[in-house]
Parts: sequence; structure tokens; C-alpha cells
Amino acid sequence: MTNLLEIRDLHKRYGAVEVLKGVDCSMRQGEVISIIGSSGSGKTTMLRCINMLEEFQGGTIAIDGQEIGYETAGDARRRKPEREIARQRALTGMAFQQFNLFPHMTAAANVMLGLVKVKKMSRDEARGLAEKWLDRVGLLSRKDHYPGQLSGGQQQRVAIARAIAMNPKLMLFDEVTSALDPELVNEVLQVIKGLADDGMSMLIVTHEMRFAYEVSSRVIFMNQGRIAEEGDPREMFLKPRTERLAEFLKTSTFN
Amino acid sequence: MTYSLNFAAVWRSFDLLLQGLSLSLGLAVVAIVVGCMIGLITAFGLVSKSVALRRPAGFYVTAIRNTPILVLVLFSYFALPQLGVRLGKIESFVLTLAIYSGAYLAEVFRGGLIAIPPGQREAGLAIGLTEMQIRTSITIPLMLRSVLPSLGSTMISLFKDTSLAAAIAVPELTFEARKINVESFRVIETWIVASCLYVATCSLLAALMRRVERRLAVPR
Repeated sequence: MTNLLEIRDLHKRYGAVEVLKGVDCSMRQGEVISIIGSSGSGKTTMLRCINMLEEFQGGTIAIDGQEIGYETAGDARRRKPEREIARQRALTGMAFQQFNLFPHMTAAANVMLGLVKVKKMSRDEARGLAEKWLDRVGLLSRKDHYPGQLSGGQQQRVAIARAIAMNPKLMLFDEVTSALDPELVNEVLQVIKGLADDGMSMLIVTHEMRFAYEVSSRVIFMNQGRIAEEGDPREMFLKPRTERLAEFLKTSTFN
Repeated sequence: MTYSLNFAAVWRSFDLLLQGLSLSLGLAVVAIVVGCMIGLITAFGLVSKSVALRRPAGFYVTAIRNTPILVLVLFSYFALPQLGVRLGKIESFVLTLAIYSGAYLAEVFRGGLIAIPPGQREAGLAIGLTEMQIRTSITIPLMLRSVLPSLGSTMISLFKDTSLAAAIAVPELTFEARKINVESFRVIETWIVASCLYVATCSLLAALMRRVERRLAVPR
């Protein structure tokens, strides 16, 4: 059986600065993987390569055996047509640190937009699905509210509903609690935990060590553009094999 | 010497002034609609990653914004026919005004476009929207909301600029006022009434724009 996600020798440069120096990673259907590491280690960049929000210069990423973003044949490498890339982006869903809800649309309209424009659903069908997912994240009563009328935690839950409603094969979470007030973090983490329990495949970039420990089937520790250590969360957090990870865990809050 | 105001002559020709006013408004409306389309396309050119789009857009804005509008009006009415482009007075003026306002609106729209956080586009991409869908569903609606106040003042300027059509004898408000002034010799009265008509119309336009702003405001 092909892996859900297969990353091979991923290289990414910003000009002369190499931020990903050969990342390999495979992920099976239903896995929940947390990516930890200090800022600048490349974890967010790696996530953003998977849905082509970042271009990458070397290596391949495949979802369900489908090569993402580029066509490679031997040494030749070509960016796929934009329409094809847009279609591939819908294989994944992403939640962002800053939520990025569309401010001029209600919560329901935010969730419906992709369903109508990308999935070509009728408005009624899309509305039904949007309400189902807003209910799932506990915000059905706020469906007609605009993002500016919601708290940060509520906005992030709507953003997660917007991504999940598209029925992605893989969810990407990019530091989704970093911009939240501490008392709002938990409601968002609970939603993600619920999705994990449903068997959703997820890649989670996070600074919440306790959460990573509890929710992940596997943890990846990134350091200076490479995967420095990966494995079972219990072993990694309790018995780090590398000095870098031990040091990183010492400086991060585990609460 | 004392001058006693007598508006009788002006009132007698008031319907001419109103005809002029409605032509002025018509000129302004057509020019702003066409100008908005030109401005929108140019604005996307100005913020484009491609030099091949940025260059011509930038050239257009620089050339048009830095030429006095009266010069443009006279150029298209008197010089273009020499180059084989024959347009009627009104068509020539409306086209000029549209091209002129397009250059200003392009800058207004550009300001609105660069103020949109990049995360908005990324969120659109992440759910699988194409660049064109992002433009129509996210970028343009957000940009229009943020530029409405400056769009309003551009519209008012544009409406007042229609008075320059008098220079090529388009029978709009200023042209009609001058005619009445010449025929009746009631100089002060004529221009007071004409000014009042401009002020009243502009105030109405401003009120209308504020309503649109309130209607489109995002609740928070």
C-alpha cells in the first residue's frame, strides 16, 4: 500500500539561504505527526511545501502516490500547470497561525466558499455541510457571525471547519494556537484531538509540547533544516537520543 | 457703484442649467464606470510579479497622471482627428475622462490591494481556489471596501472635472452657465446658481457614497 505522504530529499532555498537541507518523511493513512523544533528549523516551511504555498528546488513530495507541484522525469523538472496545482492543494487542508478567515464573509460563508467554488456544490448542499462542520467545532450558533465578531479561539475553530469541510486526505496545522490568548488554546486543541480520534491524518507544527505528547502517534524534531530525531512521543520526550533535542526540550515549556 | 442681484434671467433659463447638469452627471457616470474597469486592470498590472505587465501599467499611470486634464481633453479633441481618430465631442471627452480617472483609480486600487494581508490569498490557495477565483471572491471585495472613502472623493473630483468639457463646447453645466451669462449679463447670479448646483450635486454624491460605505461595512 502506498503511503499517504512521501517526502524524499526535500530541498528549499530562499535565495542563497538553504532552509530545508534534504528532508525525508513518510506518513501512513491515519497517522498524527507533530513537528517540533526551534523557530527557523524549517518546520513551517516543510508544511507549506506540502501544499505548494512554498516552491521547493529539490526532492519530491507525493500524496497517495501523486507527485505534488512538479513533474520530474530524470533530471528535468517542471512546475505543474496552476490549475493542476490548485486541484492538488485541495488534497490537503491547512489551518494557519493567524486563522486567515475571510473578514467580509460570515462563518458559514467562509466554510462554503471552497465547497461552492472548488467542489462545485450547490449553495444548499454547501450550506448543509458548512453547518454540519460548524456544529462539529461547536460554533453552529455563530454561523452568521463575521470573523470580527468572534474570539480568536472561535475564529480558529471556524478556520479548521473551513479546511476540514473540503474533505482533505491530510490536515496541516501550522502553529494554530501560537496567536491565541492562553485561555483560548484549549478549545482549539480539543477540536484537533476530536479529529485525531476520528482517524484524520494530520501533520501538526506546534510549540505545545504537552499536546504533541498526548495527541501524536509520532513526533518529528527538526533542527537546522533537517529531521534530527523522530519516533514515539513517549520515548522522544522522556529519553531524547540527541543532545539537540534534550536541549530543546529543556528550554520549552511542558505544561 | 451698487449692483442689485436679480436672478430672474437665470431662473428663466434654469431648465438649460438642469439639462447641462444632467449631461455633466451622465459624462461623469460613464467615465467613472469605464475608469474603474481601466483602473482595476491597471492596478493588477502594477502589483503583478511580471515586469511585462508592471512596465506598461506604470507607464500609463505616469503619463496620464502627470498631464493636465485640460491638455488631455484638447489633445483628444483636436490632435487625435489629425492622427485619423475621429470622435464626436462627447465621446472624445468621456473617453478622455475615463482614461484620466483610470490612472488615478489604478493608484487608489493598488493601495487597497497591497493593504490586504498575504494570508488571505494563502487561505484561498489552501482550499484549492485558483488565482482568478481568489481575485473575484476575496481580493477585489476586500480592496473595494478599503478604498471606498478615496473612491468617493475621486468620483467627486471627476464630476467637477466634467466642467472642462465646456472648453470643447460640450453643452454641460458650465457651458450652459456661460451661455446664460453672456446672453443675460447677470454674471454674478449665473455663477452663483451654477456653483450651487455643483455643490449640491457633490454633497449628494458624498452622502450616497457614505451610505454605500455603511451598507458594505463588515460587522465587528
